[in-house]
Amino acid sequence: MHILLSQIFTVFGVLYPTFERKDYAFFLPCQDKFKNIYKQKIKQKAILMILGIDVGGTHTDAVLVENFELKKKVKVPTDNANIMSSLLSAAQKIIAGENINNIKRIVLSTTISTNAIIQNKIDRVAMVLLSGPGLAPSTLSPGRDAFFISGYINHRGVEVQPVNNDEIGQVSHNLQRENIRQIGIVGKFSTRNPQQEIDVAHILENDQRQFSLGHRLSGRLNFPRRIATTYLNAAINNIYGNFIYEVKKFVCQVAGDIPVYILKADGGTILIDQSLSCPVQTIHSGPAASIMGLLATARIKEDAVALDIGGTTTDISVFAAGDPLLEPNGITIHEQKTLIRGLYTKSIGVGGDSSVCIENGEICIGPQRRGPAAALGGEIPTPTDAMIILDITALGSKQKAMDAIAPLARDINLDIVSAARAILDRTVAIIAANVKQVMDEINNKPVYTIHELLEGKTINPEKLYVVGGPAALAPDIAKLLGYPYKIPEHYEVANALGAALARTTAEITILADTEKRELIISEEGTVMKISRDFTLEDAISAGKKALRKRAAKMGADPTDIVMEVTEAQEFNMIRDFYKTGKNIRAKIQIKPGLISAKKT
Amino acid sequence: MPPKEKKTGLIFFPAFDWAISETHPEREERLLYTQDQVLEEGLLDFANIKEFKPGIATYADINRAHICVPDAQSLTTPSHLISAGGAITAAKKVLTGVVDNAFALVRPPGHHAMLVAHGARGFCNINIEAVMVEYIRHTYGIKRIAIVDTDCHHGDGTQDIYWNDPDVLCISLHQDGRTLYPGTGFIDDFGGPNALGATINIPLPPHTSDEGFLYVLDRVVLPILDEFKPEIIINSAGQDNHYSDPITDMRFSAQGYALLNEKLAPHIAVLEGGYSIEKALPYVNVGIILAMAGLDYSHVREPDYDFEQIRQSADITRIIENEVQNILSLWKRRGKLKAQITGASSYIRREKNIYYDTDNITEKQTESVRVCNDCGGLVMIDSAADTGKKIFAVILPNQCCPQCRKDGETFFGRVNSSLYNHVYFQDREKDIFIVK
Repeated sequence: MHILLSQIFTVFGVLYPTFERKDYAFFLPCQDKFKNIYKQKIKQKAILMILGIDVGGTHTDAVLVENFELKKKVKVPTDNANIMSSLLSAAQKIIAGENINNIKRIVLSTTISTNAIIQNKIDRVAMVLLSGPGLAPSTLSPGRDAFFISGYINHRGVEVQPVNNDEIGQVSHNLQRENIRQIGIVGKFSTRNPQQEIDVAHILENDQRQFSLGHRLSGRLNFPRRIATTYLNAAINNIYGNFIYEVKKFVCQVAGDIPVYILKADGGTILIDQSLSCPVQTIHSGPAASIMGLLATARIKEDAVALDIGGTTTDISVFAAGDPLLEPNGITIHEQKTLIRGLYTKSIGVGGDSSVCIENGEICIGPQRRGPAAALGGEIPTPTDAMIILDITALGSKQKAMDAIAPLARDINLDIVSAARAILDRTVAIIAANVKQVMDEINNKPVYTIHELLEGKTINPEKLYVVGGPAALAPDIAKLLGYPYKIPEHYEVANALGAALARTTAEITILADTEKRELIISEEGTVMKISRDFTLEDAISAGKKALRKRAAKMGADPTDIVMEVTEAQEFNMIRDFYKTGKNIRAKIQIKPGLISAKKT
Repeated sequence: MPPKEKKTGLIFFPAFDWAISETHPEREERLLYTQDQVLEEGLLDFANIKEFKPGIATYADINRAHICVPDAQSLTTPSHLISAGGAITAAKKVLTGVVDNAFALVRPPGHHAMLVAHGARGFCNINIEAVMVEYIRHTYGIKRIAIVDTDCHHGDGTQDIYWNDPDVLCISLHQDGRTLYPGTGFIDDFGGPNALGATINIPLPPHTSDEGFLYVLDRVVLPILDEFKPEIIINSAGQDNHYSDPITDMRFSAQGYALLNEKLAPHIAVLEGGYSIEKALPYVNVGIILAMAGLDYSHVREPDYDFEQIRQSADITRIIENEVQNILSLWKRRGKLKAQITGASSYIRREKNIYYDTDNITEKQTESVRVCNDCGGLVMIDSAADTGKKIFAVILPNQCCPQCRKDGETFFGRVNSSLYNHVYFQDREKDIFIVK
């Protein structure tokens, strides 16, 4: 038995990216590097400028960051029918009068991928599935063009049943007839042995077809999620490729050869050329930018909760010692559960414009938004109206707000001001209750070792960060939660700022089997021969090498790569009472965070 | 077609940092591939399957089910407390209505641990089902409980703990004791004098396949459950009847296990043995989870499954059919047996020699039970192990009648403590545990 207990943070999640850092100096990230990211004096004379652009649902924001200080900000309305035009207009405004030569990088966060999926503007995708035994195919939802074929791999990565060339030929024939060009290939346990997925792609290959292979998109186990992830990747391949083509054309025209990055769902950046093979990683770029923006504007260092209170929803995110938490399995988009690594956020249906009503003598807030606040010409009273009545916010017509709340106040036998107070109390109570529930869920995640269960490490928020229109509710929410609050500055362009300053992130999954004498890194499609006496330490060192290479290719500054082992386990494999080898599993990541101020 | 979906709780605790010893079957690797399969199938993403973190059982929980020598603390490690705690968590989730049923996929197992425990036997230190059952009775006031032990080894520990309890029905299906550890569990082991028929043993010949298991389920287990009318059913779900298990000789399959759980419909399943960690456990566990959740398990199949190869012989079928007749006839006569067995005695005594294979301890035990028509009867145990420990225990049953209580309290007061290392008083009704 040999498990490095100190290294098992979670077994299947990276929910706690640096969970045990306080105890294990080995994993200490270079925290100092991020201190005073704005204030730090840059020794070099050269001016370092970064352009960050966030195309949001309503507004497109652009910021120019000079030597890690916000220099300039611009906001233009987003034209959802033409995201490219919004992006260009914001970019042109912000670079007007600036020396473009000083811009060292451009980072985008955009709704292009998310919108394509939500608005169903996606390509037809054929899914070729090697599903093996287990769940019935009827329980999977791979879209209408699914082909289940023979061949499967077991949990050890051993081929149990080979693929059948005739069957694949038949699939090819069908693809031709239906003229389907985007093809997803997913095998059960393909992350343990990618060969069958690769073979099927080779057989189907022709000039017109583009392939998304499951094992390349995530190293994690979960066949249904791998199918969904691969499907979405194939479905947005084209639309995303066209968008990137336009972006590059524009950048080339106005700025020449500046590296352009895009923000992924996990709050990390990737060079746009590199993102072409995995466009699905760029969905939820917006929410990720918002969390990275909090990190950039609030300089979070402690265990904390952040709230982004919008018109319709409030998004809750959580930080462990300043690191944003990731979704344990992958993000959910449009009700599809995926393996896409993404920052954790929980959205609840309460915001400044939530409709307020009385049901059975109780105040109900949301979850619907039925237009703007009454004070701003809406028809339904909202928490924003209550804030206006109580002089917490000065917006629109206070009289209209009072008129809208008056009938509700009568229903619950209160004067208008007391009713407004009661509405806000209720709003604040719902938000606080949800925060508590989120913390409860996070702190009660199942763990799989005695060590973890007994240590009972938890995240204990010390501060509440609040951004968004109704951020003025922060003191009341903080009071209910019992910890102090802070409203960061510049939060109106936090997303663009977060994108501008986010570092490149990556993760790899290593499986080494000394009985098979094989090491696999699924995300890279690497299969390597290893010796019988290969150890966990060897696996981690091979993994770090691969991760460093991967990150550099994705656009990370090679001098600013901080790696972290999030999972490290080693099992003796015993057969008939004899040790036949070791089964070694590790995950290494570059966690989401801000680029170091010391480097360019 | 799959039946109606149920909300199923999963308490998964593979204890990846615990083993009896490096090469022992009960080692870190045991649930590794089960975890792989459960995750790869995406079972935790189903809306009706929810995973829970196990709780940690307390020593008080253990003292409700066992007389641990010298005490519960010395006999357990955190792994045992979490394993029993996982079973308790499963029960809590079911009995508070959070889920319809639950599966505690935990290790180490427990069904060989007996009422008096001097150490570990059959890889078991404490009986996690019994600790759970006593928690259920204590916390939720549930009276009648059935435990169906589908581990390949006779559930001798569970049988021992409930031997004299008419309200806990213990049915054990297992490989014939003449061919496998622990060598017990024959048809005429039928329960103590006040609890005849509350212990049912169904020994099966080696090489019994799906057909045989499902036959006894349909002909014996389900009809007896129907008559017993338990408020909850627990499956002590060992997976070593599988045809690929390295330490047994049966021919049961993943499909068989799934179908058994669908038909038995246990409220709670608790993992026991099962040591074919690669070829069986991943598939059997996925099959059981899907069956409990009411999802389609028809595609769950071992890679090397071959129906003809594992099919039982006609001889085996005949042996099983004959045995079923014998068990049913005994079950029908259970009401008349008491008078024959007890005669005019007011106490019935049984002598036991117990070997603790895991810890290499031998124990000699005398159990005396008061013949009682009003409750399970006062039980007194005199036990000496070759560790040098000699103990005496007085155990009052649940719903203890006034006479048994009076006698028990008197005996506990009068026992000559100087003859024993410890004297225990366990009152299951009032939840009192005293050591002197």
